Amino acid sequence: MDFHSPSTIDELSSLLSNNSEKKHLLAGGTDLLVQMQSQIIEPTSVIDLKNISEMMEIKEDTDGFFVGAAVPGMTIIEHQGFSKTWPGVVDGVKLIGSIQIKGRASMGGNLCNASPAADSIPAMIASDAKAIILGSKGKRDVLVEDFILGPGKNILKSDEVLVGIKFPEKKNNSSGAYLRFTPRTEMDIAVAGVGVNVSISKNSQIEHAKVSIGAVAEKALVAEAAAKALIGKKADAGTIEKFMSEVRDLARPIDDKRGTVEFRKQVIGVLAKRALNIALERINNG
Amino acid sequence: MARKHVQTTINGDECDFLCESNETLLSVIRNQLRLTGTKEGCSTGDCGACSVMLDSRLVCSCLTLAVEAEGKVIETIEGMSEDGNLHILQRKFIEHAALQCGICTPGFLIAAKALLERNPNPTETEVRYWLAGNLCRCTGYHKIVEAVMDAAAEMRG
Repeated sequence: MDFHSPSTIDELSSLLSNNSEKKHLLAGGTDLLVQMQSQIIEPTSVIDLKNISEMMEIKEDTDGFFVGAAVPGMTIIEHQGFSKTWPGVVDGVKLIGSIQIKGRASMGGNLCNASPAADSIPAMIASDAKAIILGSKGKRDVLVEDFILGPGKNILKSDEVLVGIKFPEKKNNSSGAYLRFTPRTEMDIAVAGVGVNVSISKNSQIEHAKVSIGAVAEKALVAEAAAKALIGKKADAGTIEKFMSEVRDLARPIDDKRGTVEFRKQVIGVLAKRALNIALERINNG
Repeated sequence: MARKHVQTTINGDECDFLCESNETLLSVIRNQLRLTGTKEGCSTGDCGACSVMLDSRLVCSCLTLAVEAEGKVIETIEGMSEDGNLHILQRKFIEHAALQCGICTPGFLIAAKALLERNPNPTETEVRYWLAGNLCRCTGYHKIVEAVMDAAAEMRG
C-alpha cells in the first residue's frame, strides 16, 4: 500500500487526477481503518488529508463558518465560536463515538461515509450547510442533503474530494438542536435522529424552519412538510401535533435489530418535538 | 514496498522506526518498540484498551496508522510515572482496587489523565461519560470512577 501525505491542495489534486491506482482518502481513519482491518477494503493507495491546512481549519468569515473536512470532532466541540453559533451541529458531533473516536473522527468523514444513521448529518442539513468539493475541474458546492445518494454512497467522483463544510450566516433569533434515540446513553448508533433549526420573530412566531430526520430512511431526509407546519405559527400544542405527524409521515424506516418500523416512526415524532423545544429554548436563552 | 521511516517523540524521547504503511500505531508501539503497556482489545476502536495521546489528543492507537505519527508527540502508559513515582491516578487505582485483570487499566489511566488535564473538577457523570470509550470486561467500573474522583480531589489539593 502506498501512503501519501500531501501538504497542499495542489499536491492533493495531482494525486487525485492520477487514475492508475485505487485511492482511499484518510481523515480521522475511524471508519477507514476498521474497514481495512476487517479486509472489507484493501487499498493500494491511501492519501492522508490532515497535513493540508485548509482541511484542518475552522474559519469564520462574514458569510459564515467553514469547517475543514478533516477537523477532528473534539476540535469542533471545543471551538467556542462555532459551538455558540451552531449548537445543533455540535449536539450531533458530540454523539459520534467515544472521546477517543472524536479525537480523530471528522464531520467530513461522517458525511462521506454516508451512514444512514450518521449523527452529524441531519444537523448539518437543518443548518443549510454546503459540502465544498474540489475536483480536477475546480471547486463546486452542493447542499449537504444532495451530497448523499444512499447507504455508504456519496456524489464524489474519483477525482474529487470534500474540502470542508460551509455554514451560512446565522439568522437572527435562530438556533438548532439534534437529538437521537439509542438504547444506551453512549457508544451507540442512532435508531432515529432529528436535526432542527428555527428562527422566531419578536412575537414568537416561527419565521424559518428546517428539519432533517436520520436513521429512518436510506439517507437523512429533509422534512419539508414538517417545517411548513411550523412556519408562521407559534409553537402551540396544535402546531406541534401537526409537526410531529408530518415528521412521522415522511419516515420510511426498516425493521432491524436496533428498532422496528413502528417504534422508529413513533419515536421520530417525539424526538422532533423535543429537538424543536430545545432549539426554541436556546433562542430564548440567547 | 520499502518500509517507511517515521520520526516521532514518544514519552519525551525522540524515536525513529521503520514500518509498513498499512501498519497500525498500536502494532509498532507494542511489537517493535516493545512498549507493551498499551493493550490490544477489539482493534475496532470500541474498547479503548489501546488509548494513547497523539499531539495531546486522546486516540485509539489501533485506528491510527503508524506512518501518521511522523513528527507527532506520543504519550503512552510507560511515560505516566515520573522518576519512579507513580502518577496520582495510578496510586489511586491501586488504593481503590480499581482493577481486576488489568488489561483495560492502561487505557483507563491514559483517558482519565486526559480528562483531568482538561477538567480538574469533573462530576461523577462527567467522569462516566468521558470514560465511556473504555471497556472493562471485569466490569469494575464503580471502583474506577471512585479512583478517578479521588485522584482529581487530591490533584486539586
